[in-house]
Amino acid sequence: MKTWYKRPFPVLSALVIAAVVFAMVGEKVKAGGEGTITGTVKLNGTAPHMKGIDMSKDPVCSQQHQSKPATMENIMVGANGGIQNVVLYISDGLSAGAASAVPSEEPSFDQKGCMYTPHVMAVDVNQKFKVVTSDQTTHNIHPLPAAGTGNIGWNKSQPPGAPPIETDWKAQEIAIPVKCNIHPWMHGWHVVVKGPYAVTDENGNFTIKNVPAGSYTVTAWQEEYGTQTAKVTVAGGQAAKADFTFKAK
Amino acid sequence: MNSRLLRLTNAAVIVGFLALPALVQAQISEYQEKQWLDTPAATSHIGNLTGNAHAATEPYRRYCTVCHGELGDGNGESAYWFDTPLFFKPRDFTTAVFKCRSTPTGTLPTDEDIYDSIGRGLDRSNMPPWNTFSAQMRADLVAWIKHYSPRWQTEKPGEPIVIPPEPEVTAERIKAGQDVFNRVQCWKCHGVEGRGNGPSASTLQDDQGRPILPYNFAEGGRFKCGTSDADLYKIFMTGLDGTPMPSFSDNIKPEEAWDLVFFLRTLQPFHTKAKELAKGLNLKPINPNAPPPSQ
Repeated sequence: MKTWYKRPFPVLSALVIAAVVFAMVGEKVKAGGEGTITGTVKLNGTAPHMKGIDMSKDPVCSQQHQSKPATMENIMVGANGGIQNVVLYISDGLSAGAASAVPSEEPSFDQKGCMYTPHVMAVDVNQKFKVVTSDQTTHNIHPLPAAGTGNIGWNKSQPPGAPPIETDWKAQEIAIPVKCNIHPWMHGWHVVVKGPYAVTDENGNFTIKNVPAGSYTVTAWQEEYGTQTAKVTVAGGQAAKADFTFKAK
Repeated sequence: MNSRLLRLTNAAVIVGFLALPALVQAQISEYQEKQWLDTPAATSHIGNLTGNAHAATEPYRRYCTVCHGELGDGNGESAYWFDTPLFFKPRDFTTAVFKCRSTPTGTLPTDEDIYDSIGRGLDRSNMPPWNTFSAQMRADLVAWIKHYSPRWQTEKPGEPIVIPPEPEVTAERIKAGQDVFNRVQCWKCHGVEGRGNGPSASTLQDDQGRPILPYNFAEGGRFKCGTSDADLYKIFMTGLDGTPMPSFSDNIKPEEAWDLVFFLRTLQPFHTKAKELAKGLNLKPINPNAPPPSQ
């Protein structure tokens, strides 16, 4: 009579199968219990003056800013000191599966009043996005990724009424400057991240959705002030808090 | 006797120190060569010619290094002196971004594209036409250039754009070409009469943030990327990557593109059939300061 430990292979393989099944079910349970990370990004100090933009070279542009003069958008500070257009993303702690998940939404990067709306657009690696134009003047859209990142720059024109350009970025890059050579004041950013992300609203508030339970490093990126990080632990289905403060230069 | 020996030793030490940076640079270059010189990307195929990067080692050092640099980064010893918008900096081969392509914007050029640029030179720049080189030598140099950027290891050249056969030039086509010129607003940079003096001309910058000028049609210089009608077609449909000149392929149909070619020819000071036909049309340039259409 043979005992089970003398024939280990069937027992072991049964254990492996059980472990795999458990892991798969476990993953699904986790996916159902996704939490969020919310918070505010604030500025410590007085908001810097944003220079006005002289658009008189192109009357189509200046005409759209007659009631409210256009200004630079590098540091947009709300009434309560919150900073707009800060990108929040998870820089460490994500599982490979969560990092490679691509959202199905397709954000738009609009050229409106000879400004970029939004000024900062965050996308996931391989997430499709659209470049559209609302202006009655020709723009050229010219993203300039750094060499060696895996992203390749291009330069396309969008005359009035041009169809949207649908494309994506192939690699993480924080951040890709986007410019229009015809209107030298036009400057925006594409922030390409892996995994869940959020961009702050005009009061500096953000919510990163669909974060699986776990411990993470969250990074806040601001185009002038650089990055800040915070450690955050998300419990399944719960909202975790993370606040950031940038010091005015 | 003793002091002379001392002086000699001192001199040797100083020379040794001065040679150090050169040695370090040579090592980086050697490292790159080891990495990419023996890969399939470091060969070129132009017609029935096959270029081999190894064969271009000597010619590159002799003719190209002075501007494009030992490391192909466009930082040769003469590069420092190229400091006007007219005479832009030498090409940096490590980024593999090229102006003259038959392929869409954001893609690598074909071997023929680089081969043609070497033989043609770039007018109004410090790049002369190297048409004294044998075809084989130019093919070898194309292979050599391709060993400088990792992009050639992972990417394929873009699919060359399809250029339909050139139709007969007619007055209607020239007129239609001006409509395209106005619609896509070429005049924003090139000016309403193509004199390179559009409202945005003075603020243009290349990808490295250096000032650059739009082409002046009235001056009639050769285009940087070839002089034929098909070359002109290619220039605005693929764009000149690394410069402010974008690709218009999403917004100009192939038929319209030929119309635009014919119209652009009328802006140049040459006796062409297009120019002759345009005289009868009496085309007026649009007014760029006209009030914008109400929205």
